[in-house]
Amino acid sequence: MISVRDLERRYTRRDVHALRGLSFDVSAGERFGIVGESGSGKSTLVRLLAALDRPTAGTVSFQGKRIDSLPERRLRFLRREMQIVFQDPMGSLDPRMRVRDIVSEPLGRRSPERVAELLTAVGLPEDAAMRYPHQFSGGQRQRISIARALAPNPSVLIADEPVSALDVSVRAQILDLLARLVDEFSLTLIFVSHDLGVVRHVCDRVAVMRRGEIVEIGAVEQVYAEPEHEYTRELLAAAPNLRTELARLKGETDA
Amino acid sequence: MTLTVENLQVADLVRGVSFELGAGERVGLIGESGSGKSLTALSVLGLLPEELSATGSVRLDGRELLGASEKELSRLRGNGMAMVFQEPMTALNPAMRIGRQVTEPFRVHGRRGRPAEELLAAVGLPGVARAYPHQLSGGQRQRVVLAIALANDPALLICDEPTTALDVTVQAQILGLIRERLSAESSLLFITHDLAVVAQMCDRVLVMLDGSIVEHGSTREVLTAPKHSYTQRLLAASDLEGAR
Repeated sequence: MISVRDLERRYTRRDVHALRGLSFDVSAGERFGIVGESGSGKSTLVRLLAALDRPTAGTVSFQGKRIDSLPERRLRFLRREMQIVFQDPMGSLDPRMRVRDIVSEPLGRRSPERVAELLTAVGLPEDAAMRYPHQFSGGQRQRISIARALAPNPSVLIADEPVSALDVSVRAQILDLLARLVDEFSLTLIFVSHDLGVVRHVCDRVAVMRRGEIVEIGAVEQVYAEPEHEYTRELLAAAPNLRTELARLKGETDA
Repeated sequence: MTLTVENLQVADLVRGVSFELGAGERVGLIGESGSGKSLTALSVLGLLPEELSATGSVRLDGRELLGASEKELSRLRGNGMAMVFQEPMTALNPAMRIGRQVTEPFRVHGRRGRPAEELLAAVGLPGVARAYPHQLSGGQRQRVVLAIALANDPALLICDEPTTALDVTVQAQILGLIRERLSAESSLLFITHDLAVVAQMCDRVLVMLDGSIVEHGSTREVLTAPKHSYTQRLLAASDLEGAR
């Protein structure tokens, strides 16, 4: 589905080497996670995957077709096939548009039936269509972004830190919703996060990034259970893990 | 040091919150956005936004803080009690060198100071005294804020989501620093929505929902045998390793 070879992105003016030669493939139907800390190059990679930016070297192919050097007018198929959900729904939803118009915008026409169908799919009431983004909670707004992303029937959904701005209780709901929609609509999911627990919850395969490089890539359970790279081990050790903490607390009770 | 909060009320956002924090206690305050955690902390510090006012009682060693004059409160802030907020960039002065900012608590409170370099080295930041905040990373800035908060060895440290905006490895450093650098007699009120972090940092937990404390107890009791249905839901939602 997506093929990346020797991808590099330098920002010459600031002399930043944001991506240093990445290669990987994402096959159709896969749930592919990208984990890394701030500055690891995750967002640069997302921009290149979505052809919102051009690499300094290397290639990005989508369904066998190179997209890294196409002019915008020849990217229309990609703009339909690949959709992105961003971290901050308030920043990506136009506050002056009704939900109905936000969700149908990618369709290029009004379609109350399609809007109703999409709102139902993401678990929002149908009367949400007539309201404005500020009338919703953060979690509901993220549902609106997801409904909009699904509108043109994409084959790939890129979720860039979709739950980082949400409360834990809402976070679990949105993650479960994403997982369900990926199945229901046979989507390929690219899920970017700095939170290893979240990636583990949603993805089958994961790439761990550091300083513009993929230091480790593999099946999620494999990478979490037996991390090969030193940096992956550091990340896992640093992340507070609820189960480990609870086990420790319970141990104290027994002792 | 004892902090006693009794029947604290802020509009209808904080409703009858009472708790006590003794010397050396590490207490977590958990709940989701809008539950009133931050307003509770701000009431203690006397930093509520102007349109809100608190009723009830907040006493630090028997001294009433609600309704205390700004002058009295500023004598306490950064001295007897200190705070670390989520966003370090807004807590620091962008136009003042780091070194001058970390020694400000001494100047403000007329105490004998220690050199900036020493305070910064204690939070693992040697050699940044001459830098400005924008030259540091988010984690470094939060360490500067922590150095400022700890400068006068406060009896009470209030942390409001101090690591929520940070990467996991940086979070681990900051949490480690709070544990190591806060003296054993000092008390900690730690606000977070991350239960794993609470488990690491606190001996006792208060759970807030819609402005009220719905459950409290030792971290062990509350997290391993939650009684209130909200705490149970929060735990279930936090556990991402469960069946997907």
